[in-house]
Amino acid sequence: MNATEQKKQKYAEMVKHASPRSTVLINSLKAFFVGGAICAAGQLIYNYIESLGFAREETGIIVAGILVASAALLTALRVYDKIAKFSGAGTIIPITGFANAIAAPAIEHKKEGLVLGVGAKMFLIAGPVIVYGTVTSVIVGLVYYFMR
Amino acid sequence: MKKHFGEASVKFENPPTIISAAAIVGPKEGEGPLSEHFDKVSADILFGKDTWEQAESELMRQTVALAVQKAGLAIEDVQYIFAGDLLNQNSGSIYGARSFERPFYGLFGACSAMGMGMNLGAKLIDGGFADYVVANASSHFCGAEKTFRFPLELGTQRAPTASWTVTGDGAVVLSSKGKGPRITAATTGSIVDLGMKDVNNMGAAMVPAAADVIAKHFRDLNLPTNHYDLIATGDLGLYGQTLLLQLLKQEGIDIAGRLTDCGMLIYDLEKQDVHAGGSGCGCSASVFASYFLKKLRNSEINKMLFVPTGALHSVVTIQQGETIPGIAHAVAIER
Amino acid sequence: MEGLFLAFLVGGLICVIGQVLIDLTKLTPARIVVLFVVVGCILGGLGLYERLVEFAGAGATVPILGFGNLLARGVKQAVDERGLIGVITGGFTAMAGGVTVAVVFGFLAALVSSPGMKE
Repeated sequence: MNATEQKKQKYAEMVKHASPRSTVLINSLKAFFVGGAICAAGQLIYNYIESLGFAREETGIIVAGILVASAALLTALRVYDKIAKFSGAGTIIPITGFANAIAAPAIEHKKEGLVLGVGAKMFLIAGPVIVYGTVTSVIVGLVYYFMR
Repeated sequence: MKKHFGEASVKFENPPTIISAAAIVGPKEGEGPLSEHFDKVSADILFGKDTWEQAESELMRQTVALAVQKAGLAIEDVQYIFAGDLLNQNSGSIYGARSFERPFYGLFGACSAMGMGMNLGAKLIDGGFADYVVANASSHFCGAEKTFRFPLELGTQRAPTASWTVTGDGAVVLSSKGKGPRITAATTGSIVDLGMKDVNNMGAAMVPAAADVIAKHFRDLNLPTNHYDLIATGDLGLYGQTLLLQLLKQEGIDIAGRLTDCGMLIYDLEKQDVHAGGSGCGCSASVFASYFLKKLRNSEINKMLFVPTGALHSVVTIQQGETIPGIAHAVAIER
Repeated sequence: MEGLFLAFLVGGLICVIGQVLIDLTKLTPARIVVLFVVVGCILGGLGLYERLVEFAGAGATVPILGFGNLLARGVKQAVDERGLIGVITGGFTAMAGGVTVAVVFGFLAALVSSPGMKE
């Protein structure tokens, strides 16, 4: 190992010692309560919609739609990021985080125009979810087709 | 006469004077401990404009105009403007300086921009190429988030080592004549990269560059380590400062007790929830152009070494797996 | 009531997994979300995730893992109905509702709102 590499490794050690880690335990508790609350809210809405006589599939779509629309609204009201600062993954992992990831760049880049700003930048962060979700679903579909 | 010393340092034969300075900051910086020292605190994060980019340019324009006005000069008297910022293609500085129609050099040194501007401006004046030069550096929290991180409304959490980009601008007017603190020497930094990759810990990425330039400064000019009353780095932050002291100690330079960091001074780290402290070109620039310059003028400090530090990565290079190169420039100011 | 509690518990725990990955690994939130979708889709393909959905309801469907599962469920159903064509239409059809609402409301959000300073 040459001298530069040695220096780099030594420095990396020093940095590791000097830098604090995130407080996982507290962050996890916050994520648990907020994430859990969003899911419980989803369940409440689900129970209500189902009681109106909708089928299971339709109910699922309606619940997702309500959660997604609410998250986009909270993003527009500049509230979603303030909750997320507290709850971290608790607001990233639920489907509401997906809606926030679509609305936030659309808002941020609207000054760059409705087409290349809002239209293109909308998928800046959420795009990968659709790309990898679609690709995985095709693979799952193929495997299922041949193994059925 | 010889002006270049050692590896990377110069001593000025006719040290340029800082005849005037101005610092304007945004609302959050106005709530910080240095509030009273700034010339102006804007309550409006948009500075009356429509976009973050325009806001930063307006901030830049106002600050340069104010510094020139405080010097009793007209903008036509300024022979060169050096300005740097964090936006792509130096947009903040360029659109800010557009209406001045003065000879202009745009600088990119990330958050070390103020060090570059003062270093180069002093050289022009000492060389007899100019009588009045403005050095300026600006940054805007929202513009920097948009350029380097995420949309503001995206729900994210900041790492404890992350810093907070200062919305602020500092400008100094350098002159061959007049009264005020003088720039006596400068050491130009090299790009130093010890393989740091964490963009949420830029202090750690810049520390080796700061240590390098400070060590060279003392070696090149053959100065004792107690030469300066104060050594102020730009934005190494809470954790970076400890690392810098350690690295310099390994070089045999002990500046404990004399070291401070603009990023740690501009905010109240306990109350303002900025994690490791402030950063951005406007951080060191606004703190120097207000707080430190006052201390130099009223003799609280006699000799200081101002060391703005910069992280020279781009979003693209980081996504491609590159490491974060650091740089720092040292400027010696004596009253 | 029990259903609500289970949704809260399981949904909360899935978020905790995400939080631990954010805090303890170098993975960015964007990568973690992609990972969750892919894992959810694979678990769904294997028929495992449906069991969690039966158990925890919205606790399993609301996290982005459930979005992956939804894609798997959709593609399997489409393959049953239309064979190979289903392979290419199933996933997109299943996510159509959620994505359309997100896009339309995201668009409306951009029309009415501007970004604000973080606190």
